[in-house]
Amino acid sequence: MRNLYAFVSGLFFGAGLFTSGMTDTKKVQNWLDIFGEWDPTLAFVLGGAIIPMAFAWRVVAKRQKTLLGSSFPDVSDTTISKELVIGSAIFGAGWALAGLCPGPSLAAVTYGGPELFVFLAALAVGMFVTPMIKTRF
Amino acid sequence: MEQDWIFGAIGGLMIGISASMLLLINGRIMGASGILGGLVDGSGHANAKERLSFISGLVLAPFVLTLVWVRPDIHISDNLGVLIVAGLFVGFGSRFANGCTSGHGVCGISRLSVRGIGATIVYLSAGAFAMIVFRHVLGLI
Repeated sequence: MRNLYAFVSGLFFGAGLFTSGMTDTKKVQNWLDIFGEWDPTLAFVLGGAIIPMAFAWRVVAKRQKTLLGSSFPDVSDTTISKELVIGSAIFGAGWALAGLCPGPSLAAVTYGGPELFVFLAALAVGMFVTPMIKTRF
Repeated sequence: MEQDWIFGAIGGLMIGISASMLLLINGRIMGASGILGGLVDGSGHANAKERLSFISGLVLAPFVLTLVWVRPDIHISDNLGVLIVAGLFVGFGSRFANGCTSGHGVCGISRLSVRGIGATIVYLSAGAFAMIVFRHVLGLI
């Protein structure tokens, strides 16, 4: 059952990314381009997504277990670590460069053309090497 | 288009429903980089089926929508160097920071998480600064 719910959640995520226009790299890049043709759409996407999630977190606060009886994720860490800052800065630069982040790059896999596979291959390499770099940090 | 913000808000609500489902039913943070990264580096192999199920839905829904609604142009760069550097940066950065726009952005900001808000401020600022450098100074994109 867990896998079925994860699949349905994935359907909503993919449909949401598609409907919002966030798989269009131009819209994402124009959102970040405050000195160009600035596109505010992403703010509405983020705002729209935060509303149901804010309610969900209120439900989490009142419950001990999930609807399937497992534990909620541990979100007690509140440290702004150097990993968080450095990683987010590098992520932001890459996000601007291609106009793609992990969710939309997967959502667009069936209609993004061969160039998207180049991005996804590099994305996978970047993800694969991170634990090796993290342990040396 | 003028109606873009409406589609943005409707799509955003669907993303929020997706994240709420995964949190309340499965007890997972809906973070695309975490779900994919755990499969890529092996750290999430214990629940690989749950991760693959989520990714299957994430790929399938947009595919069906391209058949019944519209097949959008994603305006992706044709510069291989740009795509490779961007992919490496997004892959490394999101895993190093333990989250991206979905995990830190949607799931973090909605519970007023210090780390989620901090990460979002950093990647938005870095993205806006990178846009100035890559587009307006170097003319790369």
